[in-house]
Amino acid sequence: MVQAITNVTGTAVPLLLDDIDTDRIIPARFLRCVTFDGLGEHAFEDDRIQDPAHPFNQPQFQGGKILVAGRNFGCGSSREHAPQALMRWGIQAVIAESYAEIFFGNCVSLGMPCVRASRADLEALTALIKSDLNTVVALDVVAQTVTAQAPAGKLVTAKVEIPAGAKQSLTTGGWDFLGQLVEGEPHVKAQVAKIPYLQKFAV
Amino acid sequence: MTDSRNLFNKVWDLHSCQTLASGQNQLFIGLHLIHEVTSPQAFAILRERNLKVAYPERTVATVDHIVPTLDQARPFVDLLAEEMMSAIEKNCRDFGVRLFDLKDNRQGVVHIVGPEQGLTLPGMTIACGDSHTSTHGAFGSIAFGIGTSQVADVLATQTLALGRPKVRKVEINGHLKPGVYAKDVILHIIRKLGVQGGVGYAYEFAGEVFDRMTMEERMTVCNMSIEGGARCGYINPDQTTVDYIQGRPFAPQGEEFDRAAKWWLSLASGPDAQFDDVVKFAAEDIEPTVTWGITPAQSVGIKETLPTIASFAADEQKVISEAFQYMDLKEGQPIQGLKINVAFIGSCTNGRISDLREAAKIVKGRHVAAGVKALVVPGSQLVRKQAMEEGLDKVFEEAGFEWRGAGCSMCLAMNPDKLKGNEVCASSSNRNFKGRQGSPTGRTLLMSPAMVAAAAVTGAVTDVRELV
Repeated sequence: MVQAITNVTGTAVPLLLDDIDTDRIIPARFLRCVTFDGLGEHAFEDDRIQDPAHPFNQPQFQGGKILVAGRNFGCGSSREHAPQALMRWGIQAVIAESYAEIFFGNCVSLGMPCVRASRADLEALTALIKSDLNTVVALDVVAQTVTAQAPAGKLVTAKVEIPAGAKQSLTTGGWDFLGQLVEGEPHVKAQVAKIPYLQKFAV
Repeated sequence: MTDSRNLFNKVWDLHSCQTLASGQNQLFIGLHLIHEVTSPQAFAILRERNLKVAYPERTVATVDHIVPTLDQARPFVDLLAEEMMSAIEKNCRDFGVRLFDLKDNRQGVVHIVGPEQGLTLPGMTIACGDSHTSTHGAFGSIAFGIGTSQVADVLATQTLALGRPKVRKVEINGHLKPGVYAKDVILHIIRKLGVQGGVGYAYEFAGEVFDRMTMEERMTVCNMSIEGGARCGYINPDQTTVDYIQGRPFAPQGEEFDRAAKWWLSLASGPDAQFDDVVKFAAEDIEPTVTWGITPAQSVGIKETLPTIASFAADEQKVISEAFQYMDLKEGQPIQGLKINVAFIGSCTNGRISDLREAAKIVKGRHVAAGVKALVVPGSQLVRKQAMEEGLDKVFEEAGFEWRGAGCSMCLAMNPDKLKGNEVCASSSNRNFKGRQGSPTGRTLLMSPAMVAAAAVTGAVTDVRELV
């Protein structure tokens, strides 16, 4: 078992755009590597070059732990380099309207909760983060709530959604699946005996 | 007794070893394909934890993403690419995994190699650290992309922890019009259902249109399931499937093949199969389709004009505006006649022999338009060899195309083949994302290989039907 991920608290980075694909999160040229080291500094590199106002460029959002994004976040390529780059940049959780499936699974495997929130809540959250840079966002994965509190007193709270399997894996420290899968070997052996193409199509 | 399960659920049930604490299944993976980009970190995990590859005969490796398609001499000019190449060679050696490297004529784009070699079979679960693994669903397998941590899971245990998706039947009956290809069919589906319409679903492509398709056409359709958000898409196995597999190097032979074929055909969803959702389209409504934006759903029929921003739902208008701005296009302008700078024929979507034949038919006797750079990149060394035996290389070269070695090439810009500046590329590949083809401001128009050929010889987006 690895560390249970029950909550993430910190400042947030607002990126409320839809259909952000993993090529944008980490352009393909940075995949020419044999380790994930150093990917953090290239997160959103091409978007950042073209848009000086990109939140990942702005000093006030450096150190942010929670990314607030839009619909279908992480679509496209299966590259785990994308969540690895976000993680190495400092992101520990994502709140978005929805996710592409492979990206979502990769994040669970890395212990990074990705929760869904309504568009209205994401807009309110984004507005607060932008209006008060010291807003602290607390994501409670167990209670499925997010609370954003600005020092000046303004507060945004929202319910968030996370699939039951992912929630169970994250909050019990079961998100590193490899150990569980290795332990399942007797079950695997039993099943292999029933799969026709593993038995010369004679079962 | 009839089995009212659809193919997906039959195959899933057969491979499910147990239910884990999370409620997910531990799913056995029948075929694991690996390549140089998403595997090195997975092998590092095995080394860290002192684990072996559990079923080395069920993993096959090849090299494709970083492979240069011009100068393949080692060491590569790109030292980072060379390091990745050396890493996969060492990893395969150390862990006893079969590798089709550049010296092996079975090398090519991983999703072309699997079917070509008879590694991809119906009723299998197939995983690969690449989202276009959905391609293999064309055979009636459950095939999907995974991340690197999951590549390590499969290497070490031949299994994955996965939740069962729902299944949506996408049914298309009727007859496709002349000049409408498999690529147009899948672009049409994505346009109608959206880039996230398939999230949480596997797509079963069913109906007369898919029944009539060749295996290569079915692969083109299933390949782009992921662009519609569906992690896998499949087509029920039939006699076309069985005939394609027979005689391939890794396919079962003799009496074993006969037993296999019987089982494969028994997996198809029956007439009373249950689905979580069913959508239907008419074949006659599908036009040669071209993407104009920055997602594969942002497309129009060749005779249409680009949509207006106001025609989209309020919550979609922001991303549509972003697409117009990036592509430097205007609402209401026709797609036909849009000038291109580059034409790319290749990729796991459309780099097979039938794709090259269709493109060559258009190109023959014509010449690439002035100022257009055009390249043909066969999907595998065997596709390349077959094409050369048919003289297709000459057809392309005489027309002014570059004829390249096998690899992923300009689909994804991890090798020297890249767009420059804000070039517009007519491309037979699968993604028109911002920067996808290697220039942060490059612009991609996805279309069928025949349409790319038509654009190459006219210098602009053209209705291929006007050239036949």
